[in-house]
Amino acid sequence: MTDSAPTELDAFRAETRAWLEQNYPRSLDAPMAEDDAPWGGRRAKWSNPDAKLWLDRMAAKGWTAPTWPTAYGGGGLSAEQNRVLQQELIRLKARPALMSFGLWMLGPVLLEYATEEQKQKFLPPIVRGEIRWCQGYSEPGAGSDLAGLQTRCEDQGDHYLVNGQKVWTSYADQADWIFCLVRTDTSKKHEGISFLLFDMTTPGVEPRPIKLISGSSPFCETFFDNVKVPKDQLVGRLNGGWDIAKRLLQYERQNISASGFGGGAGPELEDVAKAFVGVSGGKIADPDLRARIAEHRMYAKAFALTVRRAEAESKAAKGPSAATSIIKYAAAKMNQDRSELMVEALGTQGLGWEGEGFDPDALKATRAWLRSKGNSIEGGTSEVNLNVVAKRVLGLLDHQ
Amino acid sequence: MAVLTEEQVMLKDAAKGWVSERSPVSALRKLRDADVDVGFDRAAWAEMGQMGWAGVVVPETYGGSEFGYRSLGLVLEETGRTLTNSPLVSTALFAASVLTLGAGAAQKEAWLGRIAEAGAVIAPAIDEHAHHAPAATALAATRSGDGWTLTGKKPFVLDGMAADAFIVAARTSGKPGEEAGITLFLVPASAPGLSRTRLKTVDSRGAADVSFEGVAVGADTVIGQADQGFGLLDQALDRARAGLAAEMLGQASQAFEITLDYLKTRVQFGQVIGTFQSLQHRAAKMFTELEMTRSCVEAALDAIDSNGNDVRALCSLAKAKASETVHLVSNEMVQMHGGIGMTDAHDAGLYMKRARVSEALFGGASFHRDRYATLMGY
Ligand SMILES: Cc1cc2nc3c(=O)[nH]c(=O)nc-3n(C[C@H](O)[C@H](O)[C@H](O)COP(=O)(O)OP(=O)(O)OC[C@H]3O[C@@H](n4cnc5c(N)ncnc54)[C@H](O)[C@@H]3O)c2cc1C
Repeated sequence: MTDSAPTELDAFRAETRAWLEQNYPRSLDAPMAEDDAPWGGRRAKWSNPDAKLWLDRMAAKGWTAPTWPTAYGGGGLSAEQNRVLQQELIRLKARPALMSFGLWMLGPVLLEYATEEQKQKFLPPIVRGEIRWCQGYSEPGAGSDLAGLQTRCEDQGDHYLVNGQKVWTSYADQADWIFCLVRTDTSKKHEGISFLLFDMTTPGVEPRPIKLISGSSPFCETFFDNVKVPKDQLVGRLNGGWDIAKRLLQYERQNISASGFGGGAGPELEDVAKAFVGVSGGKIADPDLRARIAEHRMYAKAFALTVRRAEAESKAAKGPSAATSIIKYAAAKMNQDRSELMVEALGTQGLGWEGEGFDPDALKATRAWLRSKGNSIEGGTSEVNLNVVAKRVLGLLDHQ
Repeated sequence: MAVLTEEQVMLKDAAKGWVSERSPVSALRKLRDADVDVGFDRAAWAEMGQMGWAGVVVPETYGGSEFGYRSLGLVLEETGRTLTNSPLVSTALFAASVLTLGAGAAQKEAWLGRIAEAGAVIAPAIDEHAHHAPAATALAATRSGDGWTLTGKKPFVLDGMAADAFIVAARTSGKPGEEAGITLFLVPASAPGLSRTRLKTVDSRGAADVSFEGVAVGADTVIGQADQGFGLLDQALDRARAGLAAEMLGQASQAFEITLDYLKTRVQFGQVIGTFQSLQHRAAKMFTELEMTRSCVEAALDAIDSNGNDVRALCSLAKAKASETVHLVSNEMVQMHGGIGMTDAHDAGLYMKRARVSEALFGGASFHRDRYATLMGY
């Protein structure tokens, strides 16, 4: 069952630990501000040059994409070795070297569906964090019903011509390239969709930022007006994009789930509750809030155990375990509950927007609470997720 | 809705009409984007005064209409619907209650008439911690000569920037946590030693941190009896809780109606999303909660007006239920709108932000569940 014998793995752990300790820049021990998130790309700004150094060192070993083949710049590690690497990174409390839609979403489907030339062209710059990608899926009329998308793509002989509009495109204004779902056949729904890659600097591409309820503008409306795309930037078959699109969504959800939506950074819920509500006999003074915090903590523990079990089962069965299907839904609920409890525990300190009179951590928690409301919408809504579980996993059919 | 008098129907209709014309949600956006430090539109507040809304619970002798809390609740429900920022809660509801219930003749003479014509803003400076806990009052008032000297801090005071005066809960004897030993003062904002810092809150209202550094006030600023202020405070807070619950009912009702509309118009998979049963049931459940909340709010307001003996429990019930309901509905509003609900351009976020502030004000659901159980003796 194991890819490498335990002793080899022990040796790998020792080597990895030594390398990380030597190469992780200690200046990155400070907490990572939102602006410091290492998204890479042509326009990356490195407020701390050590963050760039860390990326370059990790990328040189292929460890930004540990399990990708070395032929495409990856680390070529086995699943076991990767787990060891991740454990050692956690042990070091290391910041991520690179955060990237290319790593999490696009790369895995390119490995599966792209031509050799496409892999050679697109994968290594992802590993090195040179190109930042965005995801052009949703449209104003096609959200949950993604396959209803209308962005037109016409074959013009030596190139494709794209016209239409995407929406909620995260970081479109900062990305270098887009992986985009386009309609190449209007007579069919799912079988008329293709998966296209193009440069965001191509004439006719225009992202316009949209402000979120949390005050930041991480996503955009993205307009395409006669965008010319070289034909070798189609991935997979013409009209064969839907399978790739779905596969990519699986990777997206897996990744969202694994990261738990980034919840858990900052002060611990219990500590905040003790500080702001008070302590009585060592316990959070408000028993009602205390019980709800415990309920959430138990949910979070159950979630972590389920992620671990689903991983083990998927590996043993060489296919996704049934538990995998609920992970994204549960992760969203978990992060949203946590954020609500945090704001509630903070009391009036959790109701600030900016400026004087509020603790900076409290202000961050309030913005994070607002942002968390998107967790049950982004990457497919919770309702759609539950529909899929009911139909595909439980065999409950639509009423006819 | 229970039966209203003719006067109440007129008041409600007037409020509905005025709010849609003068104070739609876009008015809140404008205030927010213009960064107005008092957090409300003074001209709109003056109009409220002209229409008599600031004096609904003020006795006729002092220029009010004495229509009662149920009537004020009708106005608050309508202003709640469009998230109208105004001093109705701080001044027309809370301060008018404190003064009507407990002030001496001279204080009433000086302030109630001004409240009734929206000529003064009086803000509640009660809580000192992040969570509602009136008995925990620690701000010290010590006797000096004929008067008192106040020293301490009151954070997150609603309408604290606009206030002409504050109703301040101070400790004159005993220890924080004890109900005895609390005294209420009416302190003019101009008193030397009083300072305030504006807070920018998530719901874009005009709150402030207020600080008292040796603020000297006369004996005539004490409202009611020294050391005996908690009973009066609690009574006034209950009136504020019930009135605020009416406002929250309005917020939740409107958030629900906007959402229901969306369920009937947004098309995905070739059909309006309201045809999906999972959403239908959630809408029906929200409707259930709104109906239950309305019953609680009306019962609490009626009990206040008829001087019922279960006012305290009913006010806690109304505030807890309204908090739970507006919490649920505001979250569902975002979720059922999908991506667009997450945008600042849509109103869903504004309802959710206002909801959380309303929930926390004068005690959240958890505070009132505890108080309800205590009042019921278990
Ligand atoms: C923070 C954030 C980041 C995002 N980033 C990206 C991105 O980078 N790229 C991208 O392409 N998209 C992105 N999205 C878009 C996201 O994928 C869509 O918002 C999502 O798929 C929902 O689509 P919609 O907004 O059109 O809502 P709708 O599909 O209109 O849904 C409205 C409501 O109806 C419900 N509903 C719809 N169908 C059903 C059904 N059959 N049964 C029950 N309920 C149903 C939904 O669950 C929802 O509650 C992002 C969204 C958010 C919030």
